[in-house]
Amino acid sequence: MSNKTVLFDKHVEYKGKIVDFAGWQMPVNYGSQIDEHHQVRKDAGMFDVSHMVIVDLGMATEASDIKAFLQYLLANDVAKLTERGKALYSCMLNEQGGVIDDLIVYYMSDDWYRVVINAGTREKDLAWINKHASAYNVSVKERDDLAMIAVQGPHAREKAFQALPVDVVEAATPLKRFFGADCGDWFVGRTGYTGEDGFEVMLPETEAAALWDKLAAAGVKPCGLGARDTLRLEAGMNLYGSDMTEDTSPLISGLSWTIAWSPEDRDFIGRSALEKEKAAGIKQKIVGLVLEEKGVLRGHQKVLVDIGDGQQGEGEITSGTFSPSLQKSIALARVPVATGETCKVDIRGKLLNASVVKPVFVRDGQAV
Amino acid sequence: MSEVPSELKYTKSHEWLRLEDDGLVTVGISDHAQELLGDLVFVELPEAGLEFVAGDECCVVESVKAASDVYMPISGEVAEVNEALVDEPEIINDSPYDNGWLFKIRPSAEEFDDLMDADAYQDEIAE
Repeated sequence: MSNKTVLFDKHVEYKGKIVDFAGWQMPVNYGSQIDEHHQVRKDAGMFDVSHMVIVDLGMATEASDIKAFLQYLLANDVAKLTERGKALYSCMLNEQGGVIDDLIVYYMSDDWYRVVINAGTREKDLAWINKHASAYNVSVKERDDLAMIAVQGPHAREKAFQALPVDVVEAATPLKRFFGADCGDWFVGRTGYTGEDGFEVMLPETEAAALWDKLAAAGVKPCGLGARDTLRLEAGMNLYGSDMTEDTSPLISGLSWTIAWSPEDRDFIGRSALEKEKAAGIKQKIVGLVLEEKGVLRGHQKVLVDIGDGQQGEGEITSGTFSPSLQKSIALARVPVATGETCKVDIRGKLLNASVVKPVFVRDGQAV
Repeated sequence: MSEVPSELKYTKSHEWLRLEDDGLVTVGISDHAQELLGDLVFVELPEAGLEFVAGDECCVVESVKAASDVYMPISGEVAEVNEALVDEPEIINDSPYDNGWLFKIRPSAEEFDDLMDADAYQDEIAE
């Protein structure tokens, strides 16, 4: 299987190096992944994220209750969404408390919520959503007629406004962070996956190539999936399939903050499993690692930690890379709860020293 | 289109080799290989003095994206390594065939002439 987004020809035209990503032919870089990373931290870059899946939830009948459906489907509580356009990040869990996917849901009105899910989990997500939607008379419509372009960076706002249609700019201007607004068939969310300010623009596929060119003309440089990964990791944002999977709960994936426990009588899928896991005592956590020696931390490398009383514990890196902003290697790792401030990482049989830090490295252009 | 200098020898695993006047053989990774890897950020060089046989993993180059083994293309002793790469691995991206060389081998067998020439390597990477 090899899909192409509507912007594929643009990627070729802009000299993108194309690789397979979750069955999609996507640009990994347009020359230098590191230059693209800095471009987003210091100025403005754009990413084609049209492979991601946009799903509109609507009323199938008069008896539809989308809010009640999402309150059952998601570990976070959409009751928090009281203002039009407000977005919420949540995990969608299985009965065992494992993560089927992470997603963003926008509240547009009582009869319209928009959900954005990952490309690599498209089929199982849609099957799961559809399976549970019918009991709530909720209609599930995949918007494969829309493309999505993320414009990110400290100058993303002013540069995007030079390229977007006037009425879309008007809709986007008052948006606070983590809000979205629709404008005809267009939709702008002040959201992203880089730790920088910016927008994610959803628009009809037929208009995507023209917007790409206009953004480029406004000085927004094309950036590939390579930079997207180093940016999100520096920002301490989890990647589905690496930092959490169907076999790990949010409780051991650095995502406890996305679980809404109250009200206590809200029954969501996975709740009872999470309660059991919590009652038994949570044994692991996600931390950030900064390698203090030369080398590169990578997923699945073994981490050795002190857990007090001279005891040694073991963990594993879930995502690792070289941080262009910090000029050091960084990682997210799942380690025993009692892990102290330092650890050793096994890289090809050598034990290298790393510091254990909060799992966020860079935000809004600044090291944290 | 990546550069494939005609005077060098090549391997399927994308190392290049150059026979120097003093009999040592200089080894690096090809332009095609550095393009595939992207921005290099770390190189783990072999220790000078160590002996390897052809095909041994002897060195690791890592880009932001991935780690990649470099294989000893011919048997011999590591005579010298390019220490400049320790602090500036990006030299490999900028100059894969000159300043970005990895190490030099003192050959212990007659294997050099059996390696691919530029035309054969060109065909190899075109596939």
